[in-house]
Amino acid sequence: MTTRIVELRQGILKKNDELARGLRERFAAAGVLVLNLVSSPGTGKTALLERTLRELQARGARAAAVVGDLETDNDARRLAATGAPVRQINTHGICHLEAEMVNKHLDGWELAGLDYLFIENVGNLVCPSSYDLGEKIRVALLSVTEGEDKPLKYPTLFNSVDVAVITKIDLAQACAFDRATALRNINEIRPGIRIFETSAKTGAGLEEWLEFLRLQRATKA
Amino acid sequence: MHELSIVQSIVDSVTESLSRFPGARIVEVRLRVGALAAVVEDSLQFCYEIAIEGTLLAGSRLVVEQLPVVMHCARCAHDVALESVQSFRCPDCGELLSDMRQGRELEIESIEIEEAPAGIERES
Repeated sequence: MTTRIVELRQGILKKNDELARGLRERFAAAGVLVLNLVSSPGTGKTALLERTLRELQARGARAAAVVGDLETDNDARRLAATGAPVRQINTHGICHLEAEMVNKHLDGWELAGLDYLFIENVGNLVCPSSYDLGEKIRVALLSVTEGEDKPLKYPTLFNSVDVAVITKIDLAQACAFDRATALRNINEIRPGIRIFETSAKTGAGLEEWLEFLRLQRATKA
Repeated sequence: MHELSIVQSIVDSVTESLSRFPGARIVEVRLRVGALAAVVEDSLQFCYEIAIEGTLLAGSRLVVEQLPVVMHCARCAHDVALESVQSFRCPDCGELLSDMRQGRELEIESIEIEEAPAGIERES
């Protein structure tokens, strides 16, 4: 009995990648800017989104959100209170969102009727880095309460993002947050990316963030 | 900790490829895993043992080739392998690097199969 080697050279997440590519094409054709928000649990993804959805709608933009959690629709209810269309994905134990889950939850939505679609990933700084959801922009959030070394601890994720948002800056002083170190750490892991410093509570930094969204939406491809 | 779902994808892909080789048995599955692929080999091996039970891959071994992150340094005009992912700087000139050439791979490179002699279909 002899053995032989068969070359496969096949991506293990090929199915997810193909589906994500299809989604990206759909989003681009519909003219909707799609962002994938990733962070630890409790960083403030939902709080930033609540504020963002409200502000965008107040400016006449049409924004929607898909939110992932293991269980409960608490976040979807919070976000839906802004008046935006919102759908909750319950992963029931899966630690990240996959393209297929997002795809299923878009059913019945007229994408061309949207300007922005936010995908709030499951709170996790490891697994979401491997799963493309078809987003144009992947955003990592880091709160001042978490420690400046998060990017160094989770380089796989931070290196995969296009933008970083430092949240809860209203608490920076109480936490003795070392801003310069945090900025330097992000830059060591993902050099040159745009970094926003926000507080969903006070509204600090929101203008820059919203302006960035507007410009990104206006820029095709 | 999404290694189990990754291993499940491996089992599915390999099983699919095996349909081209009726009666063949899988001896080895070789993966290429980049340092930024967010998977841990120990965990992959652990999940693999569980996931292959009762499948065409039962009894096979998983071999993982780890790939370092390779970045292109425009200033030095060459590719550099990073020794750690704590800093994306060129080890030669110190420049911060964002042009990645290797490091996110998560792929099945090859499978080693043992084929049944011609004309004999193995029960599976």
